Amino acid sequence: MIEPIAKPRRKNPLLRTRLPTSPPRARSRASHGFTRAAAEGRFMLQRCGACATFCYPARDACPSCLSADLVFTDAPRRGTLLCGTMLHVPADVHFRERAPWRVGLVAMECGPTVVAHLHADCEEGQPVVMSLQLDKSGQAVAFAHPERETPNMADDRQWREMTAEPKFRRVLVTNGRSIVGQETVAALKAAGASIVFVGIAEPWKPFRGEDALRALEGVEIVPLDIGDEKSVADLAADIGGKVDILVNTTEHVRAGGLLDRQGTSIVRDEIDQSYLGFVHLAQAFGPAMRMRGSDGVNSAAAWVNILSVYALANWPVFGAYSASQAACLSLSHSLRAELRPGGIKVVNVFTGPLDIEWFQTVPPPKVAPRVVASSIVSALKRGLEDVFVGDVAEDIRQRLAANPKAVERELGT
Amino acid sequence: MDSNSLMQFAGAIASGTVRVVDLTFTLSPDFPVIVLPPEFGQAAPVRIQQISRYDASGPAWYWNNLSFGEHTGTHFDAPIHWFTGKDLPNNAVDTLPVRDMIAPACVIDCSAQAAQDPDFLLTIPVVEEWESRHGRIPERHWVLLRTDWSKKSWRDYANLKDDGAHTPGPNAAVMRWLVEERGIIGFGTETIGTDAGQAGHLDPPYPAHHFLHGGGRYGLQCLCNLDQLPPTGAVIIAAPLKIQNGSGSPLRVLALLPAA
Repeated sequence: MIEPIAKPRRKNPLLRTRLPTSPPRARSRASHGFTRAAAEGRFMLQRCGACATFCYPARDACPSCLSADLVFTDAPRRGTLLCGTMLHVPADVHFRERAPWRVGLVAMECGPTVVAHLHADCEEGQPVVMSLQLDKSGQAVAFAHPERETPNMADDRQWREMTAEPKFRRVLVTNGRSIVGQETVAALKAAGASIVFVGIAEPWKPFRGEDALRALEGVEIVPLDIGDEKSVADLAADIGGKVDILVNTTEHVRAGGLLDRQGTSIVRDEIDQSYLGFVHLAQAFGPAMRMRGSDGVNSAAAWVNILSVYALANWPVFGAYSASQAACLSLSHSLRAELRPGGIKVVNVFTGPLDIEWFQTVPPPKVAPRVVASSIVSALKRGLEDVFVGDVAEDIRQRLAANPKAVERELGT
Repeated sequence: MDSNSLMQFAGAIASGTVRVVDLTFTLSPDFPVIVLPPEFGQAAPVRIQQISRYDASGPAWYWNNLSFGEHTGTHFDAPIHWFTGKDLPNNAVDTLPVRDMIAPACVIDCSAQAAQDPDFLLTIPVVEEWESRHGRIPERHWVLLRTDWSKKSWRDYANLKDDGAHTPGPNAAVMRWLVEERGIIGFGTETIGTDAGQAGHLDPPYPAHHFLHGGGRYGLQCLCNLDQLPPTGAVIIAAPLKIQNGSGSPLRVLALLPAA
């Protein structure tokens, strides 16, 4: 049984902040099938197209029939823990400072035996449920969970290393003016975040929901105009050392592509708010987060972007907006690589049109702001990297995988 | 005027016999700007991007890149800003006569009324009452409306409600009268805009813009320190940036007045 983790005490300023270390990184190209699955929270194994054998680890030929037709497919998650081993003195620096560390062999019901990190409540000979997780080096690893919910399950020490669990963490939500921002604040508080800082630009402008936001316990409104480099730097100077999770809820949606817009001021606003705002936030908050990736129970853990799924495929009705989102998506991949040495996850939450004012004329299905908020919390708790929220986002994802050219042509008509 | 008097004037500034009062807010990113419905083009906010500060990007020097809309901070409105002034000659900040950039001011103190009513409107009777005490407003003078609005917190300063801004300004009749009957050179306020917050509902809408710029006159807004000016006798220096075909510009506004 897991003891519940205690709210971390204030840091002892006489002690050095431990620098983050990474678990082993090397992976074969084939094994990045696991990386994709882990990023999206799926459990996939290679399966032979010729003889239907599931295999593990990733390889280039079927161990049963030598066919090269191995495809990553969603696989059943259940298995049995054959044996567990407690590593007391691992040779690897990362695991040595986390020792003791428990790993084990899991016999999957679908066939192969998998080496997995173990939740402390997994017992030998008992059924377990597997997931693929991205570890602190961003690489996929297998993780075995007990079959049924156990007390304080999410507080397991090894599990917390795999996720960006908001409990007892301090969060910055960059834009509290939007409904998505306000729902995100509420969801993170409900998930146990110890404090949520909420950025408000141009505080002289009143906004809907302000009184409710101000009344929330453990929520602190801070001045933050992410389009303004100095505003972002000033806030980072104040709280940069205690932002464990940053959720960028910037929302600047305008309809239109190129030809029916006069001039460039709307495009420039889009770039200022979305792209440059992202740059300002990353430069101001990123370095401290990367440095604090191993800073105890409330170490820095994750950076969340909310992106339009049209970052992946331009929707000309919102053409210039789609392009600004594509720029942010590209930047997020740079940030992901740059934060990886700190073990900080960059979570991209892709949504279709939201049920907000700026998509007023767009027919349903639209994504409710509350659903975006709960998806963010769920992604943090599960340690995901790429999340598709709602039917439109999922539809675009699947169609892109099938035929990107068809998506381009269909969105453009 | 001979050169001697000009030198005397310079000496008076240096010695403090002539006092120089700064009527300008600091140009900064957090100063409120005019808010239009989001479907319109918006004034770009003030942005200050550091190029270097004695660091790797420039070891011995500090400098910034700036961007802002023409109508941000304490700023000047040229006649070309409004449709009524669009066809006038020399109607932009780069072509307007430089001698118009220095002119005396009449300061009408309505701070008491504005404290009572954020929608206070300056009217002809209020100005006539002021004239009964301080004399007729001479031609080519600025009229500056003191409301002490510049002393408020930014939120109260912008005073945005769900039906728009509530800030004091002139009514339509007084604007027309000041331009046509008094021949003022321009009109200045402490608020965001020469017009009242609710001036879109006046007839014509935004009468200060309508009549001032239609008559080839100027606007100054977001002024401060008007409480330091006498009702008459101050001279205003308001020289906008020489922006090509510019409709306005942030600027430094100075008042010269005899030291008490």
